[in-house]
Amino acid sequence: RASWTKSAFDARSIADAVKAYGAGAAPAESKDVTLTAPDIAENGAVVPMGVATTLPNVKHLLLLVEKNPSALVAKFDVSDAVEANFLTRAKMGQSSDVYAVAITADGKALFAKKEVKVTLGGCGG
Amino acid sequence: MADPMRIRAQAQGDKALVRVLMSHEMETGQRKDAAGKVIPAWHITEVAAALNGKPVLAAEWGPAVAKNPFLQFTLKGAKAGDKVAITWKDNHGDTRTDEATIS
Repeated sequence: RASWTKSAFDARSIADAVKAYGAGAAPAESKDVTLTAPDIAENGAVVPMGVATTLPNVKHLLLLVEKNPSALVAKFDVSDAVEANFLTRAKMGQSSDVYAVAITADGKALFAKKEVKVTLGGCGG
Repeated sequence: MADPMRIRAQAQGDKALVRVLMSHEMETGQRKDAAGKVIPAWHITEVAAALNGKPVLAAEWGPAVAKNPFLQFTLKGAKAGDKVAITWKDNHGDTRTDEATIS
């Protein structure tokens, strides 16, 4: 079974987290990757976000929050049995760009991003 | 032992929409308690789904997934009566599996 990729979750930056999953080139923006996230999150502790793509040969889909202490939120493996479309809820410490990244079998990384404004942070006590 | 997950799986044509609510603290390891001591990280690290016993989805999560995590995905080639099983594992090594029938 797959184990947890510590280096990806320790990474501070989007680029380093994406590299940990085998992306060779720098991530490029793509209209074929879709990020679902609100414009404004009233509660940074629970921010709905989703990643989807219509691209072929996608191996992993990632959700990342640039200004969180570690950028990576979640990684999903795409298989023939599931649609490349996942939704979850994340924590955001402050307003930040949120990234949805698709990593293809040949090591390309393609992304969509959006700024989400947080009015109440999710990482405080 | 952690509380059971709530799993809803609904057939939509030849697909099934699966929605899962897990019960977990998802402590980040960034917060401090009243005495100023860091509260250690405690969060789900791996999530897996199986359709009729066959693995269909694997995911890795970090502490930035919100408390009591929500997950939604769509299974291809699934029909009413099929069984969906969800398993999570956390960084303490605790694990839990729950199953639902697609309706």
